[in-house]
Amino acid sequence: MLAFLVRRLGWMAVTLWAVSLATFFIISLPPGDYVSTLQANAEERGEIMGPAEVAALRDRYGLGQSFFAQYWKWITNIVFHGDFGQAFAWNMRPVSDLIWDRVGLSFFLSVATMLLIWAIAWPIGIYSAVRQYSPGDYAATFFGFIGMAVPEFMLALVLMWVGMRWFGQSPGGLFSPEYQDAAWNLGKVLDAASHLWLPILIIAVSGTAGAIRIIRANLLDELYKPYVVAARAKGLPEWKLLLKYPVRTSMSPFFSTVGWLLPGLISGETIISIVMNLPTTGPLMLGGVLNQDMYLVGSFILILSTLTVIGTLISDLALAWWDPRIRHSYEGG
Amino acid sequence: MSTRAAPILEIEDLHTCFELDDGTVRAVSGVDLTIGRGEVLAVVGESGCGKSVMARSVLRLIDKPGRITGGSIRVHDADRVVDMVTAPGPELRSVRGRKVAMVFQEPIASMSPMHTLGNQIGESLVLHGRATKAEARTRVVDLLRRVGIAAPERRADEYPFQMSGGMLQRAMIAMALSCGPDLLIADEPTTALDVTTQAQILDLLRELQRDTGMAVMLITHDLGVAAQMADRIAVMYLGSVVETGTTDTVLRSPRHPYTRALLRSVPKLGSGGRERLRPVRGMVPGPYARPPGCPFHPRCEEFMAGRCDSTVPGRVPAPLPAPAAGTDGTVSCLRYEDVRDDEGKAAS
Amino acid sequence: MVTTTVERTVDEADDAPVVGGQASPWRLVWRRFRKHRLALAGAVVVLFAYFVVAFAEILAPGSPSAVDEKHTYAPPQIVKVDLSWDDGLRLYANGYTTKRDPETFEQIHTVDPGKRIPVTFFAKGDAYKMWGVIPWDRHLFASADPDQKVYFLGTDRAGRDVFSRIIHGARVSLSIGLVGVAVSFVLGLLFGGISGYFGGTPDLAIQRVIEFLMSIPTLPLWLSLSAAVPDQWGPLARYFAITTILSVIGWTGLARVVRGRFFSLREEDFVTAARLDGCGRGRIIFRHMVPSMSSHVIASLTMAVPGMILGETAMSFLGLGLQSPAVSWGVLLQEAQNIRTVETAPWLLIPGVAVFVTVLAMNFVGDGLRDSADPYK
Repeated sequence: MLAFLVRRLGWMAVTLWAVSLATFFIISLPPGDYVSTLQANAEERGEIMGPAEVAALRDRYGLGQSFFAQYWKWITNIVFHGDFGQAFAWNMRPVSDLIWDRVGLSFFLSVATMLLIWAIAWPIGIYSAVRQYSPGDYAATFFGFIGMAVPEFMLALVLMWVGMRWFGQSPGGLFSPEYQDAAWNLGKVLDAASHLWLPILIIAVSGTAGAIRIIRANLLDELYKPYVVAARAKGLPEWKLLLKYPVRTSMSPFFSTVGWLLPGLISGETIISIVMNLPTTGPLMLGGVLNQDMYLVGSFILILSTLTVIGTLISDLALAWWDPRIRHSYEGG
Repeated sequence: MSTRAAPILEIEDLHTCFELDDGTVRAVSGVDLTIGRGEVLAVVGESGCGKSVMARSVLRLIDKPGRITGGSIRVHDADRVVDMVTAPGPELRSVRGRKVAMVFQEPIASMSPMHTLGNQIGESLVLHGRATKAEARTRVVDLLRRVGIAAPERRADEYPFQMSGGMLQRAMIAMALSCGPDLLIADEPTTALDVTTQAQILDLLRELQRDTGMAVMLITHDLGVAAQMADRIAVMYLGSVVETGTTDTVLRSPRHPYTRALLRSVPKLGSGGRERLRPVRGMVPGPYARPPGCPFHPRCEEFMAGRCDSTVPGRVPAPLPAPAAGTDGTVSCLRYEDVRDDEGKAAS
Repeated sequence: MVTTTVERTVDEADDAPVVGGQASPWRLVWRRFRKHRLALAGAVVVLFAYFVVAFAEILAPGSPSAVDEKHTYAPPQIVKVDLSWDDGLRLYANGYTTKRDPETFEQIHTVDPGKRIPVTFFAKGDAYKMWGVIPWDRHLFASADPDQKVYFLGTDRAGRDVFSRIIHGARVSLSIGLVGVAVSFVLGLLFGGISGYFGGTPDLAIQRVIEFLMSIPTLPLWLSLSAAVPDQWGPLARYFAITTILSVIGWTGLARVVRGRFFSLREEDFVTAARLDGCGRGRIIFRHMVPSMSSHVIASLTMAVPGMILGETAMSFLGLGLQSPAVSWGVLLQEAQNIRTVETAPWLLIPGVAVFVTVLAMNFVGDGLRDSADPYK
């Protein structure tokens, strides 16, 4: 097990390295370098950057050097100094200042959505598989298709519009105006919660639809296997049989795909936050992309990917804990 | 067997069908069978004759799209008779595992890969109130030792994928025996195993049967296995029983043409190996194309045109071969019905 | 292989009755597919959508780029039937009355039941070139009066006809899925095939790359990649750039399917038999393995198209995909990005309905294909 863990962590380090390299490659793709974009922007505002300032910045990011030298500068600053660079659209504030609380909310939204998806998808998926081709199964399948076909932002727009038009709700944002600058108290928490349930629900829709399909298919694969019949022959009541044997086995493939659920949720969260104006990574990142504020964008991709890679690791460990076959194969070598 | 023991299981006119896309497959159509207490009955027949479906129907283990469409399956409990076809859930479950237990063909697939052996074997003990959770483990270890598994304490905590097929089949048998059933249904218990292991498992089954006095219904396509194990044999063809009788009678002097054909297709020990083996003529007909009249008539060497292809034979007591008089078991063949009809006419 | 069905349902390995397998695989696929009512309905919708794509110029009542400053944010005009039967059956739509909001000075158009604009089939309207070649000016169904347009689904901020734009937008939105899937298909088949057929080290390497690509959140990746597409690129170049970006992620899923099929097929007896018969590697792959997984691959491809359409829609919606003057459903939805705009002109969300219906129909088709893909299961 320990050997497995070490190997797995080693692999994770390699993945992270590859992610960082790819990220840096992506952020260096747009034409022109960061400092010249910065200069152009400053000129638009009628400011002139002094040659000394420009030179300092060029040196700071290692511009003019080779790709790998620039990458090295970028990544070492992040790893050793927690310095992600500066965001020029935000008055040259350090990127790290801007993103951490937003990453927190992003991650909170994604995890909350994931929990909601499980809470809804498991009972429905199990029901759907056990009562295959029943009206309930058809209803669940139909809902699943609808959930997968609606673009998330459409759903958000329609629901916001309905809320505004018929319920007089304030659209979007994390807080109502009266709590915007208030200190944290119960009222503010409740207010935030009242703004968050709708986005969580919206992001969960497509994920739930997909999860129901997967759970149903996985369970159908197990439901008619000989070991289930053998267990039934022992005289177990149906529901006990179901939960102990096929459901338990069918959770294994589910666990192994949990890691991939996370990127999807983060994508959903990004676009929903943009539409609903939530202070998560989404709107900031979109702004960064539109302004070619590449260090900001790069930092986001890096952090979100890192979180996903960690999520995959956790799901692998959870799978090993859950499935003796996997555990055994790890122990074996 | 002249004096029959009290029956433990009586199957009467059992029908099990599978509703498939292309039509209905009548896997079991009109099976009648009786097993007495402590008796070993082998059900033999070619692949696809419905013997496994029949065995599963006894515990009502038929999955969709299959369905028992008629007949009765009476299990004799201490003070009551349970009809497995109509029994409500709780009653059904009290018979499963406790009165009637089952061993399946593929030991590896029939065990959950996610649970330890101890967990799976001890389950029925706790379920049927034979042991508390705490006692279960000791009983499991005893059971594993009883079926000849070495180091049972260690094995009880292992998972199925850590064991060989033969060992798992022993464990399956331990699982089936845990509640001391009156009837054990063994559905091709040795098909998936290699020859040496097969013999060991059969020996174990025979030994356990003698010790516990339980009845055994052994489903097999192997006449050799049937000869070795059974007190009586039932021969199935296309979902019905065509002949029953004591092992000796059925194997030495078969009455039904199908049984005769089947026996000609297997080598006899000590026959000098000079005799040519003859497979049963023709092919088993497709599942949707059930022949009219006697289901065996297209392949039968004693086919009577105009009779066998239109009249469905009933079950009649099967006569013993020439020197002996009287009957042993039953046979479903118009040749014997004719004999009886003639006798009836002569008597009147 | 043939006995698999009955084996599963009868639940026994060797006692299963054998179904006579006379029908060819594709017939079996079709037979099973036909039973999926939703899949059939989906197929009809998808075929209709591509029909619209082919004849967009005729089917649209007007040009997608014609600007009408006098009618910005005009609400939809519903086609009505004149039941007075004065001189035959007549179709008409009500005209607009325009007021100016006294505070904001915005024009507000309301449908005025008092005004009637006749509507007719094959009406003369904006001139166009069919498929860029044949010049014509007839439109299937439009206002009979070239000076007074009718907007069945309203207009946008510049007074452009939403209905015509949806029809023309289908061209880009529906083709981007196909082109993207074609690119993914080549990549997925290539890498999945290598991975699945050879196994070992190539498989390991490709699997790692796929895992790596899958671990990056899609949307942020799309966003940052599209930032790298230069602004000055023309619509066509941008179109292909976006398609490529979508395919970068899209191929991984297909590669996994192909790999999985290769792995299971490698173990099949008929492949072993072919190998023992002395078939070359190429012949085994293309004569034996590829045909028996083509139905699976086609099903996966059909399932991948809607994902691409949604991807394009999301990217264009955020202003990072295609941009005006290109017309796609995502570009149209970009108009509805602001909730205030949605409030004044909710009909701007209608392109989303087009996305929804198409994607739903494609998912039905894909699901039906996947279910019928393995005729023996």
